[in-house]
Amino acid sequence: MTTVITVPPSLDDETFEQIFEQVAAVSVDQKVLVDARHTRWSSPYGLTALLAVGQSRAEQAAFAGPEAEDTASYWARAGFYRHASEVFELHGKVPRTREAPAESNVLLEITEVARSDDVHTVVERIQSRAQAILVHELHLDPQATMRFAMTLSEVCQNIVEHAGQGGWVAVQTYQYRQRLGRRAVVIAVCDAGLGFRRSLESTPGWKPRDRWDDAAALEDALVRGVSRYRDPGRGQGLAGVRRFVGKWDGKLSIRSGTARITIVPEWDDAVPLKEGLSHFPGAQVQITIPERVQPG
Amino acid sequence: MTHHIDVGSVLKRTVCDLYSNLVTRPTGAAVRREIEIVLCGLAEPSLTVIDFSQVGLLDFSCADEVVGKLLDGVRRQVIVTDAYVLVRGVRDDHLEAIEAVMQRYDLAVIVETEDGAWHVVGPLDDGMRRVLDAVHRCGRIVPSELVKEVEQPASTVEASLVGLLARRLVMRDDDAYVSLQSVM
Repeated sequence: MTTVITVPPSLDDETFEQIFEQVAAVSVDQKVLVDARHTRWSSPYGLTALLAVGQSRAEQAAFAGPEAEDTASYWARAGFYRHASEVFELHGKVPRTREAPAESNVLLEITEVARSDDVHTVVERIQSRAQAILVHELHLDPQATMRFAMTLSEVCQNIVEHAGQGGWVAVQTYQYRQRLGRRAVVIAVCDAGLGFRRSLESTPGWKPRDRWDDAAALEDALVRGVSRYRDPGRGQGLAGVRRFVGKWDGKLSIRSGTARITIVPEWDDAVPLKEGLSHFPGAQVQITIPERVQPG
Repeated sequence: MTHHIDVGSVLKRTVCDLYSNLVTRPTGAAVRREIEIVLCGLAEPSLTVIDFSQVGLLDFSCADEVVGKLLDGVRRQVIVTDAYVLVRGVRDDHLEAIEAVMQRYDLAVIVETEDGAWHVVGPLDDGMRRVLDAVHRCGRIVPSELVKEVEQPASTVEASLVGLLARRLVMRDDDAYVSLQSVM
């Protein structure tokens, strides 16, 4: 029997919880059909997390893409279908990916990250476009461009070092009307690998504390800079990401297992630590850097 | 005695000639190993200038591998017994990554930024900073002169010099102390 997973019309980090909830209720070796036929919009988080859903299933999941042509065409140009064909059994009409120029708001189309070389590729690709968009369109300081690429590098390396399998990254700008009323650049990095708790548990000699769960693991990694490696230099990547996000009034959220930790800026009202979410493996990261309001 | 290492060239030679960014741990580890091989082949004492001017991006992981682990090995004398290191060609974003690494290792390093200014990057108490500045100004100085230069008691200056020597931020030459920049 195939269970239908209904994708909401608008897909972002919040509405994606509806998908995690539905997926968690079906054993990984049972068939699911991810039904996005009525979806009209997705954030980069939505697209990369959908791929992670496909990756998480032992029995290959089926996928039905958006019926709306503009939506399907956009997803194709963002690189979604190229990767979806590897983790899903695609149903219905699959838009052809032409050699068309990328969308102007796509800084980095969906890119697989599985090895260190992939991180080099991501950084090389983003640098050429980041300067123009971050400085001239989002009015960020030119210094932000390099820090942005550093941040991207660190979150991608998290997959290589901790997921135990590949994941996906995408970077886009879009009009963040709902909460912000201005544009923002968004980095989404999703995988369905080990996740933070299991990664930290693999530390040699690790022993559970009184309170040990996904939320505690996320706090250790993000707040205390704990790493599964003993070297003193480990754990700096996420600390650097936090500094960058804080400096540019951004938002960082990491979901892993059943919890989500968020560095919340003033313009957002997210809960800093949310527990008891539906279980989903791996880590799903979203970084949002808003357009800088120009004085005067 | 002074050896110059262009990190950008080492990156292209050892990892990939298309890369100009120092990102990821495996890349950083490969570059560090190459630098260690060079350091091991130098006559001691040696001063090595590690030049980042041809490096695009330096992320935290790579800074840890290239700068943190290298200097930790130099300080603990596990790579070579008598080596000194200066860093140059550093941009603001490089500096941020190097600073974070130095904090984690409780190390300090002398860095020349793009504008030609020298900075000590990493945790160092005020006393040591004052003494280091004075040694840098004078180039070569004996402790009795240094006491006058910084207007501190001899015992305080002596303690600072011991700390600076342990961190390999100044060299000893007979009775005098020598700034690394003056040797370049």
